[in-house]
Formats: sequence, C-alpha cells, structure tokens
Amino acid sequence: MELRATYRDAGVVTVVDIGGRITLGEGSALLRKTIRELLDDGRTKIVLNLADVNYIDSSGIGELVTAFTTVKNRGGNLKLLHLTKKVHDLLQLTKLFTVFDVYSDENTAVGSFQ
Amino acid sequence: MAPETKHLEVTLDTHVESVNVAEEMCLRVAEAAGFGEDDCYRIGMSVREGVINAFHYGNQERPDKKIHLAVDLTPDKMIIHVLDEGKGFDVGRVPDPLAQENLLSTSGRGIFLMRAFMDEFDVVSGRTGGAEIIMSKKLPSGSDQAANGRDGQNASPQQEV
Repeated sequence: MELRATYRDAGVVTVVDIGGRITLGEGSALLRKTIRELLDDGRTKIVLNLADVNYIDSSGIGELVTAFTTVKNRGGNLKLLHLTKKVHDLLQLTKLFTVFDVYSDENTAVGSFQ
Repeated sequence: MAPETKHLEVTLDTHVESVNVAEEMCLRVAEAAGFGEDDCYRIGMSVREGVINAFHYGNQERPDKKIHLAVDLTPDKMIIHVLDEGKGFDVGRVPDPLAQENLLSTSGRGIFLMRAFMDEFDVVSGRTGGAEIIMSKKLPSGSDQAANGRDGQNASPQQEV
C-alpha cells in the first residue's frame, strides 16, 4: 500500500488519513512532518485515521507516541481511529491502548472533542 | 552444523534500507519454510527490530560499520542471527517498555517485540565484539523443512548471498 497522508476538517477537528507502513524511514518521517504541519497551522485537535495502515514497527510506535505527547504539550489531543487488527494487537501488546483514545467510528471520535 | 541445516547469510550496510532488505529476505525464507501469515508477520517484525537495533544502537548509524544477518533453517526451527559492529550491550539492563514510567517513551520497544514474537531470544557478545541477537521460531508441524529433516533427506549445501 502506498505511503500517503492527507488531512481534512471536521468542524474544529482535523482528521488525518494516513496509509501505508509507518516504519523506520519514510513512514515515520511522513507522520512527523504531517503532525508538525498541523501544529504549525494551529490545529491541535487531531484524529489519526489508521484504517489504511497495516503495519507499524517500533519506530512507528515511537513516532505515534511522539505525535501524541507533542500535541498534548500544545494543549490539544490526538486520538486514533479505525485500527487494523495488526495495529490494534500491537498497541495492546505494548500497553499503549491504555494511553491513546481509540475509536472505531469517526463521528464519535470527532464528537469526543466537544 | 548438522547436514540438514540450510544456512543463508548476508552482510548489510548500516543504512535504513537494510532494514527492509533483511525483512524481505527472512520473509522469503519463512514462507518457503511453511510458516503461516501470522508467523511470517512476527518473524518479519522481529528481523526488522533486530536490524534496527544494530543500525541505530549497535552501529550508531555509522556507514563504515556493517550488519551481519544469518538465517539457519534446521529441521525444527528457523534461527536468525543479527550481529552488529558496536560495543555490545547488556540485555538485562534494557528498560521494561511496559513499566508505567516508560509507556510514553519514544523508543525501547524493539527487544520487547522480538521477545514477544519469537520462541527463543538471546543477546550474546558476537565475534565482532558487538551484540549478536539470536532468535528462533519453531517450524510449523507438517512443513516441508520439518518433514525433510525428520526423514533425514534434506542436505542442502550452505548458501551465501
């Protein structure tokens, strides 16, 4: 699956649609760049749609954590949407499920910021 | 080495792309050995993490150093060796990424994932003086390699790439 990241507005929330593998190198760099762009633009309420992310390695996990803490430090929040089974299992294994807010419905994820 | 063991080894540059090369190579071996999709995923991820460890922590991303990857396919299991040219490390001193104080750490999950995904895992001092990660996965019962090994008919020569 091709690596890509786009974002769109959902009210005051920004939904990032990211696809491909978030791994050491390009995948992690793309996530970092996208989050930086959003924060530079003052967008701090972020839903990361991972429906098309079928693979994350430890570097990708680290980048997710970096994104989460960076957004939090700006007074915002970053929530995860539509985890694939592999990513779901990986977040459970690493106990990050207890850290991130995870949603399976976009409206609910967006609405949780109200 | 037992005659029925297949051996494959490759020397990789200390480069990000080597992580993908190593993963793809080991995935091909794992698929040929009869591992299913889930086990292939676990093996591929473990190889990635081993090579990332060598690339980043062992060789400190220095291009003058190499990463040595070897795969042994015995009648019982697939054994993977990842050797770096760093200074080695004490695996017992690697922080637990599941500890509450480390949950938001941005690194340090590679060793944990390899332990979780493979049947055996160890880190020893390698011939280069660097760390050598040795990890293995039992072959699925009924795989060609396991069957050949049991019959004692598989005596492939050592291969190098």
